[in-house]
Amino acid sequence: MTSREQGEGLTVRALSGTGLLLTRTFAAPRRLVFDAFTRPELLRRWHGARGWHLVVCEVDLRAGGAWRFVSRGPDGAEMGLGGTYHEVDAPGRLVHSEIHDGWEEGEALVTTVFGERDGRTEMTTTVRYPSREIRDGVLRTPMERGAGEAYDRLAEMLDEMTLKGELR
Amino acid sequence: MAADVLDATFAALADPTRRAILARLREGEATVTELAAPFAMTQPGISKHLRVLERAGLVSRGRDAQRRPCRLEAAPLKDAVDWLANYRSYWEESYQKLDALLGELNQNGPDATERDIP
Repeated sequence: MTSREQGEGLTVRALSGTGLLLTRTFAAPRRLVFDAFTRPELLRRWHGARGWHLVVCEVDLRAGGAWRFVSRGPDGAEMGLGGTYHEVDAPGRLVHSEIHDGWEEGEALVTTVFGERDGRTEMTTTVRYPSREIRDGVLRTPMERGAGEAYDRLAEMLDEMTLKGELR
Repeated sequence: MAADVLDATFAALADPTRRAILARLREGEATVTELAAPFAMTQPGISKHLRVLERAGLVSRGRDAQRRPCRLEAAPLKDAVDWLANYRSYWEESYQKLDALLGELNQNGPDATERDIP
């Protein structure tokens, strides 16, 4: 595992079909984490990477309420996305739809659960995409990293990312 | 790469038995009998998983009619792993910014974000 890939403990797993499962621990109570995921003034301060940041962030935090983000990239490109909150149960659970501009047919359903233990928050996010095109296309565009990984790292990465705890 | 190939790869990887088969094949070729040995599973059960892996292009079978050894085909696996690594790396970078923000909010006390309460 290289340090560049190792990060601070975000794990991403492919679920059967077209789903992803993300888990991450934060060193803060879940009320703060929930706020950071749902308050525009906080979202603007962390959301995005590789030069992408929010230039529009609107949140109507209630079941049936809408949300809308526009991210601007390092070359000035913009990407908009939004959706509707289905469940808002602070600070433990958030369910929302996610639709990227121009790909309205591909609505993802995102379920986030924030558990708390000893003042730390364990986040579990399930993303369900309606089709493989959406999952692959939407996520690939703003995060293109260029060169692929060296083949000889494959085994280590597999251990970390998809095989953890499941080998006999 | 074609989206349907990536999809087939993810579907194949979603099963723990198939992941364990791939892990075993990283060590070298193996027959169905050899693959079935560590599992509480019949050879037809293992063969079913192998067919899924073959369809996803993750495993190929040798020509030897007797043994038909299975071998790992790493290219689609590498593409899927790269995709996940890219996705993870992007969001990890974002979450590290969130870590810093949370540290700041924590320092400001438990009510740092409770601006609506008088």
